[in-house]
Amino acid sequence: MKFKSKTALIPYILWIAIFVIAPIGLIAYYSLLDLNGDFTLANYKNFFTSAYLTMTLTSFWYAFLITFFTLLISYPTAYFLTKTKHKQLWLMLIIIPSWINLLLKTYAFIGIFGLHGPVNAMIEVFGFDPTQILFTDFSFIFVAVYIFIPFMIIPIFNALDEMNPSLIYAARDLGASAFTTFRRVIFPLTIEGVKSGIQVTFIPALSLFMITRLIAGNKVITLGTAIEQQFLVAQNWGMGSTIAVFLILIMFASMLFTRTKKKGGRA
Amino acid sequence: MKSLINVTLSILLVCGLLAFVAAKLDTSNAAGGDGVLTIYNWGEYIDPDLIKQFEEETGITVIYETFDSNEAMLTKIRQGGSAYDIAVPSEYTIETMVDEDLLIEIDHAKVPNLQNIDPYYLDLPFDPANKYSIPYFWGTVGVVFNRAQLPDHLTFDTWEHLWDPALKDKVFLVDGSREVIGMGLNSLGYSLNSRDDQQLREATEHLKALDGNVKAIIGDEVTPLMINNEATVAVTFSGQAADMMWENEDLDFAVPQEGSNLWFDNMVIPKTAQNVEGAHKFINFMLDPEVSAQNADYVGYATPNKAAMAILDEEVVTDERFYPSEEMRTNLEVYENLGLEMLGVYNEYFLEFKMSLQ
Amino acid sequence: MRTTLSPAAKIYLALVFIVLYAPIFYLIFFSFNSGGTMNSFEGFTLEHYAAVFDDNRLLIILINTVIVALLSALFSTIIGTLGAVGIVSLRSKKMRNTLLSLNNILIVSPDVVIGASFLILFTMVGVKLGFASVLISHIAFSIPIVVLMVLPKMLEMNTNLIDAALDLGATRRDVLTRVILPYIKPGIFAGFFMALTYSLDDFAVTFFVTGNGFSTLSVEIYSMARAGISLTVNAISGLVFIVTIAIVIGYYYFMSRSKKTKGA
Repeated sequence: MKFKSKTALIPYILWIAIFVIAPIGLIAYYSLLDLNGDFTLANYKNFFTSAYLTMTLTSFWYAFLITFFTLLISYPTAYFLTKTKHKQLWLMLIIIPSWINLLLKTYAFIGIFGLHGPVNAMIEVFGFDPTQILFTDFSFIFVAVYIFIPFMIIPIFNALDEMNPSLIYAARDLGASAFTTFRRVIFPLTIEGVKSGIQVTFIPALSLFMITRLIAGNKVITLGTAIEQQFLVAQNWGMGSTIAVFLILIMFASMLFTRTKKKGGRA
Repeated sequence: MKSLINVTLSILLVCGLLAFVAAKLDTSNAAGGDGVLTIYNWGEYIDPDLIKQFEEETGITVIYETFDSNEAMLTKIRQGGSAYDIAVPSEYTIETMVDEDLLIEIDHAKVPNLQNIDPYYLDLPFDPANKYSIPYFWGTVGVVFNRAQLPDHLTFDTWEHLWDPALKDKVFLVDGSREVIGMGLNSLGYSLNSRDDQQLREATEHLKALDGNVKAIIGDEVTPLMINNEATVAVTFSGQAADMMWENEDLDFAVPQEGSNLWFDNMVIPKTAQNVEGAHKFINFMLDPEVSAQNADYVGYATPNKAAMAILDEEVVTDERFYPSEEMRTNLEVYENLGLEMLGVYNEYFLEFKMSLQ
Repeated sequence: MRTTLSPAAKIYLALVFIVLYAPIFYLIFFSFNSGGTMNSFEGFTLEHYAAVFDDNRLLIILINTVIVALLSALFSTIIGTLGAVGIVSLRSKKMRNTLLSLNNILIVSPDVVIGASFLILFTMVGVKLGFASVLISHIAFSIPIVVLMVLPKMLEMNTNLIDAALDLGATRRDVLTRVILPYIKPGIFAGFFMALTYSLDDFAVTFFVTGNGFSTLSVEIYSMARAGISLTVNAISGLVFIVTIAIVIGYYYFMSRSKKTKGA
């Protein structure tokens, strides 16, 4: 592409310098300090104890599950939305719930999933005994997926919406089955949107914290929870920063997997 | 492009309009200095009518800001940048703040209402002679339980009852390392301020045996959950227990006899204060018997104000679950500031316990 | 071109919408509860709505929240969009990937870390804590989400379009305003709306960088947790929700009607 826009980048680069590089520098610096403010590598050594390694794996696993289910639900939703009559309006109606305060909605979920809440009331109508839904893996993943759905739907919707429908007709005319059309035509064309959706779901899911307590009752412990605890309860900014450093490294690693390969030679 | 510019302009217009409305609504003219008092407190921890009353009596405009944990508040005051005249930390945080030289000494001559406070709550180890802090509310840590849903032998006058097999998946614990590990220590007859690693290890192992009984480890949301009968037993703070029992008549509260925690939230004047004079006025105002009683009635926590207790409902202040007798208080311990190193150890053990839960 | 939705698809969408709106209707339902809590419904009352209009402090906080959300979303959208356009035009692949990795750091960092480091940053530079510091922080943590929303549109865009425009003598400015921006507009709006979400939901960062009496609804709600969230907050959220829905539907209706009349 001949079009170059270095000037467009200036505010963005400035932002990166002030609000990304500087805080990262601070975090890296703090991660080398112990409680007395002396230099040490002990925090890094501590990280490699079984507790934190287990936690890293758990975080990864839950983030993966959350991303998977979010994608599973969002893709068809986005697809059907593009086919509705007032699609822009419907898309807005997907976004609006995310503007109501998350803590309030979480409290609502606590009520909804409770032993005497509407969900269990429904279960009882069908003749089953009320079950424990709150403070289980199910409720944790459900609420996390709930939070991320709009973030996943939007980029996929935008990708699907622009797609030239004649491509699909062409594929169908050439005898491709619905599934083949999806796999060979639709999905590849929306891959950028899907990747973007995965990034805005997986990366924040690694550091989820509030709902690990409110919905999972601290039975799920993620790296995000551990960092909060170190900063706010243990007042050990050194250890908290060390975990944050690892979280960022993990993010870099996961970026490698979703990296754009195809259109690389754009410039 | 045109539509993008239109959107931008309309957003700016809307913001301008909103700012105008906000300015109209804002009757105070917050400029800082003598006419303004900035209070930093827990949310919903004061009767808003009292703030109005204070403003009317003194002509001082109050800015009321809120925090959700001692540690978060501490970080903000430590870092500076905002002028807090009054803050309401818990006792262990006051110790830290004194150590770090973050507080201004309180001039007792300007707080004549201090005489209304029960001497029992004055001159405590975390702040000898109340040089830096004045009691606001106090309470204990204990067990809330649903009388109607439990076998009679469980009275929770001992911590051991939490380990009862009848409580499978029925117990909420409070999300705090000092509280939970402290409970483990107390249940074994140790002090909840123990620094002995052997004792801490024993306490953690003992706690791990709770596994099947623990339904969740949660924070303030325990109140609605207990009111709603989501669990039958919860380890929690007395103030919250009072809230729950107000809403759900089946609930009862007990402080186990092996010992538990006695906590205080006190008013302090941080070094960041711009209006030290006003801060003293406010502290004195809050210690007025009528004011104190009204506040205790609104917030629902136990007041250390003797004169206010005389005004409050007899039934409330004689309830030994929330105003334990002096004899009962001998088993209770106030948290000592263990230092960050030791706090880290408590946290590691607490984490170990959490991760052992299924 | 439009194919109609099958009944199964309609049911699927309906289910998604029901789940998305369930907690909100739950909140609104209890805002009419005379019981005072979100537990058992005792009786119908409008007192919590009356309380909203009596509470100037809460109304000011609500307005603050909306202003910060709109302004931060606007500025982060501008900076983020320009950033995404710039990133795609970069020649060096390595440089591009580095920028994208840096972009995502704020998304992966827990709020407490961002809040604490921003607080240190602001106090070091001497920014007075309050509206400005909150607005700047919100812009800062919303930029990466905008970039991630705009980027796929940029990558999808057919480069021939731009090359053709340049060959036809269009200036760079023309290319940006006439070719690129119209094409990536859906991405820009997506970024704007997601930035709004980020801003409205944020508690931890705002908590750390606010001061001098400035507060947002999130900070207020979180600090209420210890003594119980009052139903006034439910009522105010319910009102905000209804007004938002009304604005969106009204705007959409108005737009589609004016389009029709133009077309006729």
